[in-house]
Amino acid sequence: MSQERRFADPAAVRALATRIARLAEGLPRCITIMEVCGTHTHAVAAAGLRRLLPPAVRLIAGPGCPVCVTPVGYVDRAEALARRPDVIVATFGDLVRVPSSHGSLEQCRAEGGAVHVVYSPRDALAVARENPGRTVVFLGVGFETTTPTVAAALAEAETAGVPNFRVLAGHKVMPPPMRALALDPAVQVDGFLLPGHVSVIVGSDAFEFVASELGRPAVVVGFAPTDVLRGVEAIVRQVREGRPAIENLYARVVTREGNREARALVDRFFEPVDAVWRGLGPIPGSGLALREGLAHRDAGRIEVEVCAPVEPHGCRCGDVLKGVIDPPECPLFGRVCTPASAVGACMVSSEGSCAAWYRHGG
Amino acid sequence: MRKERILLAHGGGGRLMQELIRGLFVPAFSNPVLATLSDAALPGALPPGRPAFTTDAFVVEPSVFPGGDLGYLAVCGTVNDLAVAGATPLWLSFAVILEEGLEVELLRTFVAGAARAAGEAGVQVVAGDTKVVPKGKADGAFIVTAGVGVVPPGVDLGDHRIAPGDAVLVSGPVGEHGATVMACRHHMAGAGLRSDCAPLGSLAAALRDGGVELHAMHDPTRGGLATTCHEAASRAGVRIVLEQEAVPVRAQVAAVCELLGLDPLYVACEGRLLAWVRGEDAEHALSVLRAHPRGVEAAVVGRVEARLPEQAPVVLRTPFGSVRVLDLLAGSELPRIC
Repeated sequence: MSQERRFADPAAVRALATRIARLAEGLPRCITIMEVCGTHTHAVAAAGLRRLLPPAVRLIAGPGCPVCVTPVGYVDRAEALARRPDVIVATFGDLVRVPSSHGSLEQCRAEGGAVHVVYSPRDALAVARENPGRTVVFLGVGFETTTPTVAAALAEAETAGVPNFRVLAGHKVMPPPMRALALDPAVQVDGFLLPGHVSVIVGSDAFEFVASELGRPAVVVGFAPTDVLRGVEAIVRQVREGRPAIENLYARVVTREGNREARALVDRFFEPVDAVWRGLGPIPGSGLALREGLAHRDAGRIEVEVCAPVEPHGCRCGDVLKGVIDPPECPLFGRVCTPASAVGACMVSSEGSCAAWYRHGG
Repeated sequence: MRKERILLAHGGGGRLMQELIRGLFVPAFSNPVLATLSDAALPGALPPGRPAFTTDAFVVEPSVFPGGDLGYLAVCGTVNDLAVAGATPLWLSFAVILEEGLEVELLRTFVAGAARAAGEAGVQVVAGDTKVVPKGKADGAFIVTAGVGVVPPGVDLGDHRIAPGDAVLVSGPVGEHGATVMACRHHMAGAGLRSDCAPLGSLAAALRDGGVELHAMHDPTRGGLATTCHEAASRAGVRIVLEQEAVPVRAQVAAVCELLGLDPLYVACEGRLLAWVRGEDAEHALSVLRAHPRGVEAAVVGRVEARLPEQAPVVLRTPFGSVRVLDLLAGSELPRIC
């Protein structure tokens, strides 16, 4: 049996669901578990896992979908850059449909803006090599998992001398918003499924504060159905026993200290800054900007005219991102906001909670 | 040696164009109707039945891929649209829009591919056209085909006949064409990954004439199995329940989709048939499909139920006992950030 099949074994999944249901009977009240990572949101929806859980255990999606938390102003700036004749914007695919103040990168491209979809920052570097006469701006969006690949592309651009490659830095880091959410009185989260891929880089130790300072159980899990359910089981058990701790159930790839080399590469090019999260607002130390000495790589320094960002009216992405409401509770959901014409960013990426609910029915 | 390339003059109506037609297209498609080079093809009288007519435009990057090429695809696509309507495909047209500078060798590959597909499908390419546009105004080559066929008397297939109780069958593993071209684009093509591109005329005819109560057929091209089922269920006003474990997906396709963040159920096939038959005839239909060389890996993948208001047209039952909705994609599948 392949690795992938082993972790999606139907008998194992059903056995876990039964165990969770039995454990949940001993819960003093209904509990809410947040899956922080967008890939978890996608995996949970694709396998229909929410429907396997007992009513006392609610699984909500957190702020871990990179495009969902990217503020409108960032997309506005990217659009303005793409309209400049001397610039090519290179981006991951799911950013092209994210609504900006007045359109999207997809619409901007149809109107003649230069927007290339790439699979990796190195592909963007290749575009830069092929177009020496234009500045190629890579839209640097994503979390600890993505940033090292951008740093690697920057390192290559520096060593190989590709002067026309720049990054519009919009990277974010996970621990600060988790702290903010746990401390927000409007948000009720009893435990966290920790982002598996992010943990590969930062290590499970980076989340110790969730248990020690915030008093919440938190479990590092992978993305197969059995991974997620084992995580839920562990959290339910911790809540029952009243002993919050960090557990690593993804030890096949996640270590306590993470990937030091990747972090060192990121440190070489980026430094922490305060950042705005769509729906969550400004969070101190939650973003990454290019270091001072790298002005020549910083696309934020290319002058463009950008008006004050316009947030979509009536959109409750913010409450969805905090887990305060489920997507169908938003008045726009499924009516004016659908994957084909998304109003809010959560409807755009397949990792977004709204898109996942819309596509798979929760 | 310098490569021979398409010049604007190849579309100019002069000597170069004549050379292209007489030296390449006519010999490749070799049939007396095309050879007359008249303004309109006069292929003769239609056999008894209802005429069926379809057209399709083809663009694919890369234009040559494991299992086929743009020309082969262009003929298969139109043949298959006729075949799944229950028609016997008969005559095709083949029009090309070429970008100045295209290597003539590549055009030869497309024409040879188209001729091979026509031969396999038993159809004649009886009309054609060539246009050349300046460099940069097109991307290599675009091909447009149209086709005429005839639906035999007494045959009536279509979504209007899909009804609760029907079984849904697929003629083989899904997603192979889409996964193959996408793997090529990302330099991940490897052993075992091959487009399923093939003409379905004889397979569809075998099922049509195989003594089962056949209600409808479709070829799950763009948008794949899920999208095709969604369209059929929406038009028929029914609910289709697919069984995830029953849908054949090759390991290579699953792996490429996993890497690229795609769902194989939404990835295009170009040589697979979806069929809706009366539930009681499912096993018989399966044996008819499996007896055909293009249907040996056929499977029953789902069933049709009555749809209640508020219910999704297509759902997938996972092996874990949960059910997930298969909705239409917003557009093309987009690569995700992480």
